[in-house]
Amino acid sequence: MQKFETFTGIVCPLDRSNVDTDAIIPKQFLKSIKRSGFGPNLFDEWRYLDHGEPGMDNSNRLINRDFVLNDPRYAGASILLARENFGCGSSREHAPWALLDYGFRVIIAPSFADIFFNNCFKNGILPIRLEERIVDGLFAQANGPDALRIEVDLASQQLRPEGGEGIGFEVDAFSKHCLLEGLDDIGLTLQHVADIRAYEERRRVEAPWLFH
Amino acid sequence: MTPKTLYDKLWESHVVREEADGTALLYIDRQLVHEVTSPQAFEGLRLAGRKPWRAETNLATPDHNVPTTGRDRGITDPIARTQVETLDENCAHFGITEFKMDDLRQGIVHVVGPEQGATLPGMTVVCGDSHTSTHGALGALAHGIGTSEVEQVLATQCLIQRKSKTMLIQVEGKAGPGVTAKDIVLAIIGETGTAGGTGYAIEFSGEAIRDLSIEGRMTVCNMAIEAGARAGFVAVDDKTIDYVKGRPYAPGEADWAKAVAWWQTLHSDEGAKFDRVLTLKAADIQPQVTWGTSPEMVVPITGRVPDPAQEADPIKADGMRRALAYMGLTANTPISEIPVDKVFIGSCTNSRIEDLRAAAVVAKGRKVAAYVKQALVVPGSGLVKQQAEAEGLDRIFIEAGFEWREPGCSMCLAMNDDRLEPGERCASTSNRNFEGRQGQGGRTHLVSPAMAAAAAIAGRFVDVRELSKR
Repeated sequence: MQKFETFTGIVCPLDRSNVDTDAIIPKQFLKSIKRSGFGPNLFDEWRYLDHGEPGMDNSNRLINRDFVLNDPRYAGASILLARENFGCGSSREHAPWALLDYGFRVIIAPSFADIFFNNCFKNGILPIRLEERIVDGLFAQANGPDALRIEVDLASQQLRPEGGEGIGFEVDAFSKHCLLEGLDDIGLTLQHVADIRAYEERRRVEAPWLFH
Repeated sequence: MTPKTLYDKLWESHVVREEADGTALLYIDRQLVHEVTSPQAFEGLRLAGRKPWRAETNLATPDHNVPTTGRDRGITDPIARTQVETLDENCAHFGITEFKMDDLRQGIVHVVGPEQGATLPGMTVVCGDSHTSTHGALGALAHGIGTSEVEQVLATQCLIQRKSKTMLIQVEGKAGPGVTAKDIVLAIIGETGTAGGTGYAIEFSGEAIRDLSIEGRMTVCNMAIEAGARAGFVAVDDKTIDYVKGRPYAPGEADWAKAVAWWQTLHSDEGAKFDRVLTLKAADIQPQVTWGTSPEMVVPITGRVPDPAQEADPIKADGMRRALAYMGLTANTPISEIPVDKVFIGSCTNSRIEDLRAAAVVAKGRKVAAYVKQALVVPGSGLVKQQAEAEGLDRIFIEAGFEWREPGCSMCLAMNDDRLEPGERCASTSNRNFEGRQGQGGRTHLVSPAMAAAAAIAGRFVDVRELSKR
């Protein structure tokens, strides 16, 4: 996994609550057996006016000019600003894959759905929970005539909006460490092989039917 | 000793090690695998030169992409076919048991697992599918995971987890006639909202939950995720143990008594503390119908489409207006005046034998309304289908004008050819009414199997309790 380094990015404001993973990446694109290539179909049903299928040439499709991702102000955005319960619904990891493939590295919202939140960290995306009033303030700035740019500093847990006050955020120490170092869970878990074996030996006696 | 919740017991019996910061390595007893969320996990194993830690703890079956009709032609969509073939190849290569598309035991993972006794009380169960919470009905700790975690469980048999907060949802008293597990869980979600359970593991309890069959409890636990909770479960009782006994993967004679002795401890102790407690009265719950694009947007069949003008919170009111526009509905319309174009009876929420029986009772001797373009019945597994046919349910449905299909996820998420066309309105026994879920532009109303069958007959939503009086 790529290490998470401090960067400055454009904020794209998606002003809807309960954005589900079906909306982030519709089901027809889940037929792929790859991890990459989902970016062009991120938010497909909102982003385009016609129906999308895997393998289509998206450059020929009808663009929904009213959808925020198609607003030229937010071209190249790498920070997604969202509302409560972002990423609810299906556990599909294709959702963070699509966001990452499009170029989003950070998602800011008042709250996230659990599975999505967890899946973000596994892919080097930083989901940041902020109080609703702070999110409201960021929406107001991001909706302005000029795009809002924010510096994201994970090491010091600070967001620095251009020309504004710094905003601190919480992240659990373990997830932060994994993001900063680009560590994956399998490698970390395999450091504890002896513990897993010891657990299995104990469990084999307590619950032998689980080992037949 | 401090009284423990069921969640405490399930959690503690699976901790391999715990760090000072509260992260724990949690042992996973069973992983269910399907074609959509596994190919990238198997690819990861291959690239790293790893093997499954315990291949025999995994059980696979294709469900999301499989056709529900014309199976003798195979899968005609080449991309879907590749995905199912990739599952076949991966299972063969890594030594994982798979019930393939032509196997009688094939079906929706969350129907197949309990049916086979592959998911048992006290187990930790995971699957790359958010409706894995279903298995909590057996007193298991079961939750959905992403593909990276599917790979981690394959490689290490463990997940890195933090303990959730606990919520007790008590549904007290007896549910009225015509009120099913689906109505109970939709009413619960109406109370909690879709994010109310975020960060919690939910234990469902109370007389109305205990009164449910194991299948009914599966319907309730299945939709815990729709309340935001990854895991939902019910304490083990005699019904649980009776359900498990004799199933192919259940413990045999030699281990049975020992297993039962442990399973009988799988309940919250008297006086155990929960972070949140929510109580509903079963008698207050009516048959439910969702009206919007989130499962929390739900009202009783006797109600009306809500009016955003009455909502004080401007963000919520905006969401309601957007939902009404998408659903093509006008505020204050009585629910019983909403016509339906299609009906779908199936999905991991409601495709088990008793769901089909409940729908068949309504369909028997009646006809699907001429206005309804299609009414599908999709059993949850080949074995459910076989059982239903042995009981003559297929004849009842076919004579009433329903289509009787092969098992799979089907129109719940419309990855195969079963889908809604833009603007079509569906009475569906599935779990999500999100925009586009059943097909781009499709409009989904979540209901119980009996209510779906009643909607098919009437051509509009109708109170199944009224229909049964006639």
